[in-house]
Formats: sequence, C-alpha cells, structure tokens
Amino acid sequence: MCLAIPAKVVSLDTSDATAMVSLEGIRKKISTALLDEVEIGDYVLVHVGYALNRLSEDEAQRTLDLMREGGLLAEELAEISEASQ
Amino acid sequence: MKYVDEFRDRSVAEKLAAEIARQAAGENSYHFMEFCGGHTHAIFRYGVQDLMPANVHFVHGPGCPVCVLPVRRLDDAVELAERHGAILCSYGDMMRVPGTNRRSLIKAKAEGADIRMVYSTMDALKIARDNPQRQVVFFAIGFETTTPPTAVAVLQAQKEGLKNFSVFCNHVLTPAAIGHILDSEDFAPGGPARIDGFLGPSHVSAVIGSKPYEAAAAHYRKPVVICGFEPLDVMQSVLMLIRQIKEQRFEVENEYTRVVTRDGNLKAQALVAEVLELRPSFEWRGLGSVADSALRLRDKYSFFDAEKRFEISAKTSRETKSCECPAILRGVKKPTDCKLFGTVCTPDNPMGSCMVSSEGACAAYWTYGRFRNPDRAKEAILA
Ligand code: SF4
Repeated sequence: MCLAIPAKVVSLDTSDATAMVSLEGIRKKISTALLDEVEIGDYVLVHVGYALNRLSEDEAQRTLDLMREGGLLAEELAEISEASQ
Repeated sequence: MKYVDEFRDRSVAEKLAAEIARQAAGENSYHFMEFCGGHTHAIFRYGVQDLMPANVHFVHGPGCPVCVLPVRRLDDAVELAERHGAILCSYGDMMRVPGTNRRSLIKAKAEGADIRMVYSTMDALKIARDNPQRQVVFFAIGFETTTPPTAVAVLQAQKEGLKNFSVFCNHVLTPAAIGHILDSEDFAPGGPARIDGFLGPSHVSAVIGSKPYEAAAAHYRKPVVICGFEPLDVMQSVLMLIRQIKEQRFEVENEYTRVVTRDGNLKAQALVAEVLELRPSFEWRGLGSVADSALRLRDKYSFFDAEKRFEISAKTSRETKSCECPAILRGVKKPTDCKLFGTVCTPDNPMGSCMVSSEGACAAYWTYGRFRNPDRAKEAILA
C-alpha cells in the first residue's frame, strides 16, 4: 500500500490534469495534480493513481527490475487492474 | 548465507555485510527499527537479517498503514455503509482486515453492504458522479504518501459541486509516531522497545522530504537514515546508522537520494495543507492515543467530512483475542511470540491486521520466515 511504482507517461490531458501511463504493457489513466511539470516520455513514480515524483529512466528501470524480482510488481499490477470501476 | 544468492549484486552485498560486521564489532549491540512495511518485506524476502552480525537487530515498526488503524475506525467505516447506506470506497489492502468479531469489509460486503474496492480517489469520485442519488464515502487511510490524493479529491469534489461525496479521514503522520515510540514512558506492559536508530520511510519522504525527521533525531539522539526498498539500500542504511552512532552523530541522512530530497514534493504538501489540518490526537493500534499524529478536514471543507455528515454511533470495538499486533507494532514483540501465528492465523485466514497486508510483519514472517523454523512450519502445516 505504501509502494509506488515507476511508469512512463505516454500522453497528457492538461484539461483535467491526467496522463496516460504505460506500466508493463498496461495502460492506466493517472492524475498529475501533484506535479508541476510533466512531459510525454517522463518517468513518474505512481502511487494510488497519482504521480508523486519524476524519476530518471535508469532509476525507473532499476526499480521495476527489483520489484519484479521481489515479486512485488505482479502484486502491484494486480491491484491496479483488479480494482473495479 | 544461502539467501545471499538471491541478491542481484551479490558481491556488493557481501562487501557491505563485511563492512557492517567490521564497523559493528565490539561490545555494543544495535537495534534498528525499520519504519516501513516495504523495508520489512525486503528484509524478509532477501534474508537481510541473516547477513547481519549477531549484534545487529531489526525491530519491525508500525509502518503499515493498514496495520495501525484501530479496530474502532474500521467498525465505524462498516457502519457508514450498513447503517447509513452509503457506498463505501476503500483501498484493497483494507478489505480483509478483521474488525470487531472479525468482521472485515469483505464480510460486510458479502452480507449486503455496498462496499467497493478502488485503486484511486479518482475512482471514488467517479462512483459519486455515477450515483448521484447515493451517498459515497471514501475511506481514506494511509501515511503521507497517500494523503495528497485525498486532498486532491476533496478539491475536485468541491470544484464539481459533488454533493454526495465525503471522506472518512484516517490519515496518519510518521514523524509523530517515531517521537511517540521513543517516549517510552507511555508504554504499557512489555516495556519499551530498545531502539538505537531508524530506517526512515522512503516513499513517504518522497512527499514530505527528509526534513520533518530532523527534530526527532536531534531531540531523542537517535539517527534516522531515509532508506530505499531494496536489500542493498537496507544494508547501506544500516552501515550509515552504525557509523553515526559510533561518531555520536544523531542526524537525518538520506540514503535514498534517487527519489528523496530534503524538502520533498512542495506542491503536494501545499495541497494537503489547504484541505487538511492536525487532529489534536488520534488512536493508533498498538501505540494508543498519539498527539498531533493524524489529519482531519479543515472546517472550510467540513461539507466533505463524513464524520460531520453522518452521525457515527458510540460502540465497543475489540481486537481479536490473543492477537499480538499491538505489541508487534510497538516493536516489543515478534510475530512468533503470538500463539496464533501460523497456526490459527495465516494470510488466508488473518486474525489481525499484521497478517493481512503483505507489508505487515506477521505476513512477512509467514511468507519468508517460517521456513527457517522447521518445527513451526510443521506445526502450521499440521494445524
Ligand atoms: S499472527 Fe495473527 S493474531 Fe498473531 S499478532 Fe500476527 S496478525 Fe495478530
């Protein structure tokens, strides 16, 4: 629940401060309300549907690898895709 | 040392382990509380304890937001759905936590209450938009990482004029909990946990920065190292803590500079400050009542406050008998001290909150630790 997961921004909608991110092939709409500047191609740390911070591509990849290895990635992705509506 | 094979950077882990052993050598023993469930998970997953010299110990802290919510607040949430007929929206982690008489949100839902699992506050807002004739309550729990999305949802609801949306606010603050744990006088039977330093939360600190821990570190003379969630982060942080203690420094150091800065995310902090204010005190499971440790909606936004919108009845809430979660959350007991652990209480059939979330200490012990104690594993399998 405290985990945040890195994702790549693929499109932006400034009208309602949201972005589409790609997470291991899953596309998810997230809020960018907590960040001042986000651009397409940025990596952001996503927690409960909100981008908390930006991070470098290297760090994003490293974190994803570690989460995958620790079995956390599958858990987080399930949480993201399971939640109804 | 078999766990070391699982490290991706085996040689680095071995070097770090050797350096920790060298630095820690001597009469002193070191007890470090890892605040976050994410650290607990990493320590168990990778067997980090096994890489430590005999005089370096991990004490598991209260850093799992699901674990520290008192039963009473969970019972209140169920009441909002059952008695007031609201649609209660909750994060998934909360769904299986047992309340009084082991009634969880899942059970209440099975019995007809309209309780829905959401991934994000945005989902809760959508449910409110889609059901204008129903009251929709967002069950807000979590530490500072999870707080800004709640604030954004309240502002968004106000902007849209969503009249049927409210928040049942249970957000808690980590620096207050650290201070409270160190104020050992408050502690009930079992005595204070001995703690020499803290592995500070990482994603929480991404939001609030490392600054809020500085006062406690200096005041209590306990070093804090903000620590990432991978095993090498944990080991590096342990080394930094030992060095500080040997040099008699009691500072906040940041091992997780990849994500955390001293100031954190200022925009998120401003949004939280706009919508939420300190509660004079709040009950934590295990810690009891802790001053200035939680947030509620400011008067300005009281329209969206479920505690003001609905009358919540007084009730007697109870922990599951024999569940040691409260003592575990204070760091004075280990899951294996609980007689229900691994026998009656397992992740499939949790008796207490610490067994529910994968970040809870009991769940981590069960998943990764029980295999190290063949007797207990056998006991559990036979039970
Ligand atoms: S093992 Fe179960 S009953 Fe015992 S302390 Fe942990 S959660 Fe509570």
